Amino acid sequence: MTLLEIDDLTVRYAGTPAVDRVSLTVRPGEVLAVLGPSGCGKSTLLRAVAGLEPAASGAIRADGSDLARVPTHRRGFALMFQDGQLFNAQSVAGNVGYPLRIRRRPRAEVSSRVAELLDLVGLAAYADRRPDELSGGEQQRVALARALAVRPRLLLLDEPLSALDAALRDRLAGDLREILTAEGTTALLVTHDHEEAFAVADRMALMRAGRVVQSGTPAQVWAAPVDADAASFLGYDRVLEGDPAAVLLGAAGLPGARTVALRRSALEVHRDGALTGRVLAFRSAPEVLRLVVDVPGVGEVSAVARGAGEWGEVGAEVSLRVVPDRLAVLGGG
Amino acid sequence: MTGSLRRLAALLGLAGLPVVVLGVFFVLPVSAMIGLGLWPDGRFDLGPAWEALRRERTLRVLWFTVWAAGAATAVTVLLGVSAAYALHRLALPGARVVRTVLMAPFVLPTVVVGVAFDQLLGDGGPLAFLGWDGTPWSIVAAMVFFNLAVVVRTVGAAWESLDPRPGEAAAALGATPWQVFRVATWPALRGSVVSAATVVFLFCATSFGVVLVLGGMRHATIETEIYLLTTVLFDLPAAAALCLLQFAVVVLLLAVAQRARHGQTTGRRVAARAKRPGMVDLPAVLVALAGAALVMVPIGSLVLRSFRVGDAWSLDNYRRLTQADDPAIPATVLEALVNSLRVAVDATWMAVLLGLLVSLAVTRRSHGRLERRLRGLLDGLFMLPLGVSAVTLGFGFFIALDEPPLDLRDSALLVPIAQALVALPLVVRILVPVLAGIDDRQRQAAASLGASPWRTLVAVDLAVMWQPLLAATGFAFTVSLGEFGATSFLARSEHPTLPVLIFKLLGTPGAHHYGTAVAASVVLAAVTATALVLVERLRVPGVGGF
Repeated sequence: MTLLEIDDLTVRYAGTPAVDRVSLTVRPGEVLAVLGPSGCGKSTLLRAVAGLEPAASGAIRADGSDLARVPTHRRGFALMFQDGQLFNAQSVAGNVGYPLRIRRRPRAEVSSRVAELLDLVGLAAYADRRPDELSGGEQQRVALARALAVRPRLLLLDEPLSALDAALRDRLAGDLREILTAEGTTALLVTHDHEEAFAVADRMALMRAGRVVQSGTPAQVWAAPVDADAASFLGYDRVLEGDPAAVLLGAAGLPGARTVALRRSALEVHRDGALTGRVLAFRSAPEVLRLVVDVPGVGEVSAVARGAGEWGEVGAEVSLRVVPDRLAVLGGG
Repeated sequence: MTGSLRRLAALLGLAGLPVVVLGVFFVLPVSAMIGLGLWPDGRFDLGPAWEALRRERTLRVLWFTVWAAGAATAVTVLLGVSAAYALHRLALPGARVVRTVLMAPFVLPTVVVGVAFDQLLGDGGPLAFLGWDGTPWSIVAAMVFFNLAVVVRTVGAAWESLDPRPGEAAAALGATPWQVFRVATWPALRGSVVSAATVVFLFCATSFGVVLVLGGMRHATIETEIYLLTTVLFDLPAAAALCLLQFAVVVLLLAVAQRARHGQTTGRRVAARAKRPGMVDLPAVLVALAGAALVMVPIGSLVLRSFRVGDAWSLDNYRRLTQADDPAIPATVLEALVNSLRVAVDATWMAVLLGLLVSLAVTRRSHGRLERRLRGLLDGLFMLPLGVSAVTLGFGFFIALDEPPLDLRDSALLVPIAQALVALPLVVRILVPVLAGIDDRQRQAAASLGASPWRTLVAVDLAVMWQPLLAATGFAFTVSLGEFGATSFLARSEHPTLPVLIFKLLGTPGAHHYGTAVAASVVLAAVTATALVLVERLRVPGVGGF
């Protein structure tokens, strides 16, 4: 059973397709993340689902019925923007209760649901504050509570955490996942941040130039990016092709492949390493030391060193071990 | 597609009423004017219009208009920019009070200002020794008095929101204060100064009541000349020719102002902290105080004069406000005031309703090329009335709406409609920036939460707009109360508005009539000032800035 079905959808801006024959489905209770660089059409896709952009061709169906003639406010979805777009003329509680009030729910129900939601997002003490007195993270929590107020069939999240700083983003991503699960919410999330997608989504679709290039669970996509661009977008550091790939896979004791993508920690300084490299540069990071090494037959790659004294200095030879779960064979080989 | 059809229908629904109103009450008068000026006897003929424009008196009037407006603009901008700096950039005690005082003339009826300067500079007035009575200088002084607020507001708002960091960066690199001004401050302010100067020139060149009261037949501008040609000399074709010239020049100036505004920074507003005044700021502070004095002295003197009869203090001028003792005067001041208030109520709801519809229609986000084109067209159409001075509008109504297809000469709505059209641009100017400043995603968020378009309007647009809307209502009301240019052509003589009656009183021989006119001016000023104070309470940013 599917809740949302995007079927061969094309959306044009001034003639050029921003969304190009995209098909996706979202099942009830599932969080689907559409991940892609800015300008890839993911926001347009979301806006089309919300009913803010007309489709040039194809269809969007919810619970099996076509939405083409249903205006935004009758779709029963809720849209949350990266900067909240709270109504500053209303209090926090007023914002959260807004969707309930416009549906003329009884006052008692509104106030109990608002209290419940503010509790859920951890802002029970802020009910009477004005949104513009809150920090960015708090505003996003209010926006989330407002979007969840009437238990929308589908929650649409447009880069919900992107406007926040890194530490807050990490924490809120975990909270978001928990809150969505607690409410049993079905959600479509678009983001350019793969960590946000990994933290929140059950399934993800990778979008580029208006098209979906890959989809699957985060683990599937993560383990086998479809091509080099997908790999670097997912945070892989380097992509090796041909002989260097073979050398590296051989050292890891893995079957050979044409193309392999490496994370920055795919090579680790280790006494019993199968490869040897010369240190070109190093930089300390919290917990590890990040190196750039030149490995004969592979080329210039990144590596990490844990523990003291293992890395020597620039120009020193180090022994390197390949960490198999920090690399991915591309395109199925 | 049904969606885009619906959007177009909504746009046309919003714009429909204003388009019809503009069509009838703008296009009809203007075409009548063109007909009268360029198609005399039903045949296209530029000859009479050209002849009227080449008369020696017309040329003198043209020259005087340009000269007086130019001089007044130069003085206003010099004073205004200094005062804007002192009042909007420096931490001065009482700056807010001075700002409000400077705003006062902005809503003072032109006739009141004319009377104020007349009694100030005229025989026996406190400043009679200057010898400016009956000279162009009295007119220029009154124009400066009127427009100082425009410059202070426009430039002050720009200066207040000026990002101080480029200047600080320049200073850190070793620039002197003057160099900082040249490299950082002036480029950011230039747009607002040019824009303010253009608008001031426009206001001066089209000012009517002040010039009519102070200049009479001797010093006429294009505006008063149109009035004199129409009501005294009955030379309607010549008046029409002058109207057309006026229209062309005003549209040109508006285009210049628009361009200047275009160059203005619309970037992030940074609320700079006010600077502590130092010795170098003394001249600017003095200019600001002089500006306040320029505003206070005529008003104060007007109030004092209203309590004088002959050489004694007396309330007789006020007693006469309810007395009708001269058949030449058609109504008592009180009757005229009641009449003015009635007219103003009608004009206000019309102006606000039209202004609201126009603002909503032109600020909605466009989807698709057709909608964008249509919206651009409407935008241009609604800006047209800006190009017509009140006098031109009154003249157009006068010649166009007294015969079929539309005969409104005796309708009680004629004056309110004319005044509503005069106030309309002001209302639109206040509402459009507020509406345009709303992030469209607010409306999208509301819609996605289940709000119908109507509920969205309430939750998003109305929530931020009710204050500006009230302010616009107040401004429309005061504009209507003081409106003289259009009303002077249209008010029925037995039901004069207060400004029309004051002008009538001034022109009627008898010292006691002059005293009554002064007292009536004080009353009218008090009513409009009350409205101004209420509006100022709302503290709507940008009101009065052009």
